[in-house]
Amino acid sequence: MTLLQTLSPLCEVVEAGPGDAVDGVAPALVARPRSTEETSALMRACHEAGAAVVVRGHGSKLRWGRPPERLDVVLDTTGLDALVEHSRGDLIATAGAGMPLARLRELLAEGGHQLVVDDLAADAGGSTLGGAVATNLAGPRRMWTGAIRDLVIGVRLVRADGTVAKAGGKVVKNVAGYDLSKLVTGSFGTLAVITEVTVRLHPLPEADRWVGTSVEPDRLAAVLEEVVHTQQVAHAVEARVRPGVSPAVVTLLSGTEAGATARAETLRARLADLGCEAQVHDVAPPWWGVLLHPGQRGGTEPPAGSRPVLLKVTARLSGIPELLAEVTRLEGTANGSAGAGVVYVSLPPDEQAGGKVEALRRAATRLGGSAVVLDAPPEVKDTLDTWGPVPAIDLMRRVKTEFDPTRVLAPGRFVGGL
Amino acid sequence: MATEPEVGSEVRGLAPEGEAESTAQGDPAATDPAGRDRGTARDVLEALRGSVPDHLLLTDPTQLATYECDGLAAYRVTPALVVLADTAEHVTATVRACAEHRVPFVARGSGTGLSGGALPHAEGVLVVTSRLRTLHEVRRADQRAVVDPGVINLQVSKAANPQGYYFAPDPSSQQICSIGGNVAENSGGAHCLKYGFTSGHVLALDLVTPTGEQVSIGTEAPDAPGYDLVGAFVGSEGTLGVATRAVVRLTRLPEEVRTVLAGFASTDQAGAATSAIIAAGIVPAAIEIMDALAIEAAEKAVSCGYPAGAGAVLVVELDGAAAEVGHEYAAVEQICRQEGCFEFRMATDAAERAEIWKGRKSAFAAVGRISPDYIVQDGVVPRTSLPAVLRRMGEISAEKGLRVANVFHAGDGNLHPLVLFDASEEGATERAEEVSGLILDLCIEHGGSITGEHGVGSDKARYMPRMFTDDDLDTMQMVRCAFDPDGIANPGKIYPTPRLCGERPRIRQGAHPLTGDGVEVF
Repeated sequence: MTLLQTLSPLCEVVEAGPGDAVDGVAPALVARPRSTEETSALMRACHEAGAAVVVRGHGSKLRWGRPPERLDVVLDTTGLDALVEHSRGDLIATAGAGMPLARLRELLAEGGHQLVVDDLAADAGGSTLGGAVATNLAGPRRMWTGAIRDLVIGVRLVRADGTVAKAGGKVVKNVAGYDLSKLVTGSFGTLAVITEVTVRLHPLPEADRWVGTSVEPDRLAAVLEEVVHTQQVAHAVEARVRPGVSPAVVTLLSGTEAGATARAETLRARLADLGCEAQVHDVAPPWWGVLLHPGQRGGTEPPAGSRPVLLKVTARLSGIPELLAEVTRLEGTANGSAGAGVVYVSLPPDEQAGGKVEALRRAATRLGGSAVVLDAPPEVKDTLDTWGPVPAIDLMRRVKTEFDPTRVLAPGRFVGGL
Repeated sequence: MATEPEVGSEVRGLAPEGEAESTAQGDPAATDPAGRDRGTARDVLEALRGSVPDHLLLTDPTQLATYECDGLAAYRVTPALVVLADTAEHVTATVRACAEHRVPFVARGSGTGLSGGALPHAEGVLVVTSRLRTLHEVRRADQRAVVDPGVINLQVSKAANPQGYYFAPDPSSQQICSIGGNVAENSGGAHCLKYGFTSGHVLALDLVTPTGEQVSIGTEAPDAPGYDLVGAFVGSEGTLGVATRAVVRLTRLPEEVRTVLAGFASTDQAGAATSAIIAAGIVPAAIEIMDALAIEAAEKAVSCGYPAGAGAVLVVELDGAAAEVGHEYAAVEQICRQEGCFEFRMATDAAERAEIWKGRKSAFAAVGRISPDYIVQDGVVPRTSLPAVLRRMGEISAEKGLRVANVFHAGDGNLHPLVLFDASEEGATERAEEVSGLILDLCIEHGGSITGEHGVGSDKARYMPRMFTDDDLDTMQMVRCAFDPDGIANPGKIYPTPRLCGERPRIRQGAHPLTGDGVEVF
């Protein structure tokens, strides 16, 4: 019996097309289960057949990480797209992994709520909830609520062998058992298939104000110091550097109409005292929460057909100015959450990329963080150390071995070839 | 050493039944799951001679007895050996010796836990981290502090305050509980409604795994590459190893804090006000409710001066930028008056604030004034189920003839019902246990949790199967097997029937050998 014949009775299964390749690796089939039960039956069968599975939502971040070392089935989660519950009085929601973040945003807004996750990967129709969890997606407003790992309060999982399990629950406060939600968040689909997620919500603020300023590189540290440590409660502090242009720092203050306006004015005045002219805006700058190509201006299309070398680089807060200076020295483009210690860097995909990645990694490590290559053209990616050194890799390997001993879930995609 | 901030010595006059008994009795198992010889605490003691000074190795029965329980005094087990670690190396040496000889160990910080998480193992080693009290660094510029596990929670805030920062997780025991314990239990507190639990405030840990390896997990920057082992470790109740150092997040002190005390005729009214505040899009730092019985107890104990004749008081704390707090305050006042509050007070300075919190924070201990014995529960329900759950709890209390006082974190649905009883009365203890269990069932029925912040520990392991399926629990156990293949780290806690590591899932092989023993070692 072929794999197609084995899987067909279990859920919707079709033969894969050229668009289904995962970072250059072609699967044989695409399976689209419509429930946790179908997902369980599918995984049990794949596990028995030894078929390698990569989970895909909208595929907007499927090129992040390493290409899978083998691939038989793409498990498409878009059939798991229900809003199971939005409990308005409890500020929680449960939805299927395939729920698009954009759709979730609309549904939650009806109740005056939101899931505070900024979708950095807006192409391919944006992220799904499951994709956001699997990659621990977080944009500017992580400074306010934390990353999605801090907002997930429960998950329903299908293990590599098809076993269905849940962890957490639907109450925001819960310490019963291990927090598997955190373990699978950011695990790139290598531990289990996430079929359903319960998240903590926040009220939609009445007003948003952005206080933006352009600063000379030597003043960057002083400006960041002011906006990061302000008592005006910054909900995001984003910094941006690109070749030949002064760094920009933009701070988001969300709240009531009167409150946000007053706080923005207070912050603007403080920056003026520092000799920085800042403006208060009602809209975000075009580069806000967007992953950019080298030198690309926010609000413009990226160069056709190109893929930059894209990295997520972290550092201790006080190290961000030094990190951004290093990006400038390497002629890279960066924007990101200076207030949280995370920036996204893009470099031209040329022959110097490898050296630049290593230089950034050295700087990040010195500054208490790390540098991970998210995306790069295949021929460049092959030459790069995607994940860099990972402390405690042995422990991670043991976790992977417990969850997926026969390595059917996204083999090779994650750190240390897990 | 076994001092408790909230809980007096009169707490829980229950005999150590069930779990505690089975931990201390049973057939000795001379081999581990893999059939290898298991050693004894004496082997560990001998291995540690030379690397840990003798005065830090306790074997005298009187000294050992000091450590027989944590904040949940109902369960008592005397450990075979206590190691008072003075350095991280002492912890490592101890765990390594335990791993070598496959002897169970339990880590203990200040011993304030309320679920028996630090209950010793009769044949095992108790590793006490409370002497590791160095607060290495407070780095305002990075919003981080680097601390040893024995550092007291409140000390971190005290050290950071002069620089305009504090450590947000604030369990009621914060004057005495340690960061290591907070990490183990994923401690919450009144303010986690807005600021989250310990797990949101720990970036990196140095730990000794149950296999004796020293490992660093996480980085002081967020999103360290790889699995979120810090996220898995925090709240694992000492079953995945012992933390020897932590990098924690510091939170900016708010520009303004306003604490409000509102008196209502009933908990229903106070609950309705809570719901209305949340529905208005306000996220207070804390929302707490105490019912009439809890108020009575607090008044007797600390004369907190709460509104006379109140059927419930609501404490709401608002913090943040002054430009927002004023607006929120006006909205909260309007809501409370609409929902029928008959008295509304605000504290503006720290002293007045402390006055309002005094009653709330002393509530547990205060209950000792109105009842000889009591059981503290820690269930969670969805906030919207609060009225129904409180009504049903009232019915249960009437049916069983036992008073139940209620003190709870209303904002996040975390209930702390206190079941009051007199252990000297025939059958009262059993009825109190029954009421306590019924309350947990009620929480589960409403889609909640058996523990919001106290942990599962020894106390609630038996309730885990009511909340989770065997498959759920097996999946959690996979993490334990990755960290602790020999099952020596705090065995018997959290999970009622641990699966043996290496065993095929769902095929159970009876009781875990390490949970059934009880031979005298010395």
